[in-house]
Amino acid sequence: MERAEKLNLQKIATRIRLGIIEGTFHAKSGHPGGSLSIADTLAYLYWKEMNIDPANPKMEGRDRLVLSKGHSAPALYAALAERGYFPVEELATLRHIGSRLQGHPNMNDTPGVEMSTGSLGQGISAACGMALAAKLKKEDSRVYTILGDGEIEEGQVWEAAMFAAHYKLDNLVAVIDNNNLQIDGPITEVMSSYPITDKFVAFGWNVIAIDAHDFDQIEAAFKAAREVKGKPTAIIQKSIKGKGVSFMENQVSWHGTAPNAEQYEQAKAELNAALAALD
Amino acid sequence: MADVKKIATRESYGNALKELAPKYPNLVVLDADLAAATKTGIFKKAYPDRFFDCGIAEANMMGVAAGLAAAGMTVFASSFAMFAAGRAFEVVRNSIGYPGLPVKIGATHAGISVGEDGATHQCCEDIALMRTIPGMTVIVPSDDVEAKAAVAAAIEHDGPVYLRFGRLAVPVFNDPATYHFEIGKGITLRDGKDVTIVATGLMVNEAIVAAEQLAAEGIDARVINIHTIKPLDEELIVKAAAETGKIVTVEEHSIIGGLGSAVADVCAEKCPCLVKKIGVNDEFGQSGPAVDLLKLYGLSSENIVKTVKEVVGK
Repeated sequence: MERAEKLNLQKIATRIRLGIIEGTFHAKSGHPGGSLSIADTLAYLYWKEMNIDPANPKMEGRDRLVLSKGHSAPALYAALAERGYFPVEELATLRHIGSRLQGHPNMNDTPGVEMSTGSLGQGISAACGMALAAKLKKEDSRVYTILGDGEIEEGQVWEAAMFAAHYKLDNLVAVIDNNNLQIDGPITEVMSSYPITDKFVAFGWNVIAIDAHDFDQIEAAFKAAREVKGKPTAIIQKSIKGKGVSFMENQVSWHGTAPNAEQYEQAKAELNAALAALD
Repeated sequence: MADVKKIATRESYGNALKELAPKYPNLVVLDADLAAATKTGIFKKAYPDRFFDCGIAEANMMGVAAGLAAAGMTVFASSFAMFAAGRAFEVVRNSIGYPGLPVKIGATHAGISVGEDGATHQCCEDIALMRTIPGMTVIVPSDDVEAKAAVAAAIEHDGPVYLRFGRLAVPVFNDPATYHFEIGKGITLRDGKDVTIVATGLMVNEAIVAAEQLAAEGIDARVINIHTIKPLDEELIVKAAAETGKIVTVEEHSIIGGLGSAVADVCAEKCPCLVKKIGVNDEFGQSGPAVDLLKLYGLSSENIVKTVKEVVGK
């Protein structure tokens, strides 16, 4: 990836992170940790990878993203707002009564949200259905879904993994956000989903392991996925929960806690400094 | 009624899907390794490229159905009621119900008339589960004519629909020449002034038989077929409550949360009257021939006659 393009994506990802902090601070609740870990992935998907049109969210033949780990809605909303689906100012209404930015994504309320998710393990099934529909309609559109490494403890994920391989859904990419932390602690202590790569390989998927915060690796993975025929692709991305905010990084306590006023100011200062450094 | 034709509503379901397929090119059918039993196999045989077996994985099937519907396909997802409504409940609730996706759930083998498979497969809780989901339409057809009409109406309905079919062959009593199906509109099959029998599914025919016998004994029973449990035809129920004063509900489902509860809810609020519920009492079923089980659990014209007599005090 060229330097200018990488810098641009890094800036976008940082603005998404600012949006996550903005939303969860004003909501006084929400899930900043797992939102911050997927900001780079969302930046790449919405700015480079996906065939979408924010002015026409229901465009025929568009690519779709299903956020299976629906609790990372603050990241999705920040990305959609930054991309122009709705005003960035609206992020401050997250989780408020009457807001279309529900605690977990609602496809009927929010432009750009393709599937209502939040109950874990379900989004990947819907993504399978969308990928199958694209094949039936002979569209060359692609479907993306992002899951947590704790989420894949749900049995339905593996029902879906079997289905996607059986029906050769090579237009489906599942990103597994491997930040190693779930609500009750490290996944290795709560309920290990490792070895994640081996599991998806055994289920008949093409598997690519990357660093979630390296745009060269992200780009290479999504490009490689496009070349694979007859198999769905799983991108296992090693990520840092809370990435970009020093005191949130790798801290399980930031899974579902909102920053207070002081923490909000500190997080914003750190992210704004990061943004300035990219200029 | 001796020579009346008998068809299981699951058979009607499979036939209807096949017959409607040409009209709806986007129609696809999912099943969870039960196509031969749910009769979606009839569709599969005719349209193999529009049928997708999901294997024994009902939760994923419902999610796949949601995704297909979100992408504009017309989708039926089938399994036994126990697994479609029971095992996959939370997926139906969150991935289909909450976004209001127009997935049609074709659930077969409902109630104790499953027969020999026994209690694990005899779902008497599905109506209760499904009708608590906001926006979910719940339809329980009574015979072949009604079942096929219900499938056609469900496709045109812009929202999720739960269709409840049975395994047992049941008499075809509706006349296809005059029958009219409308979601949410109950059908008065017989007028009467002493009491109203409100029935659904395969119990509608039993209610008709019971009413004939009651008439011979001097009791004038109204018979209403409620094929749509939700949205319930409240107007028809309230009118019957006001005009006959007493209601007996009959369903092949738990007396908790099904037709009887829905009718009692309406009457309690809008026209208080005695509502006596006939259904599967708060207990599990068991193995046995379907017809014998129905009798054993009180789901028969004989028990309707007996109960109505108690209710009217004769």
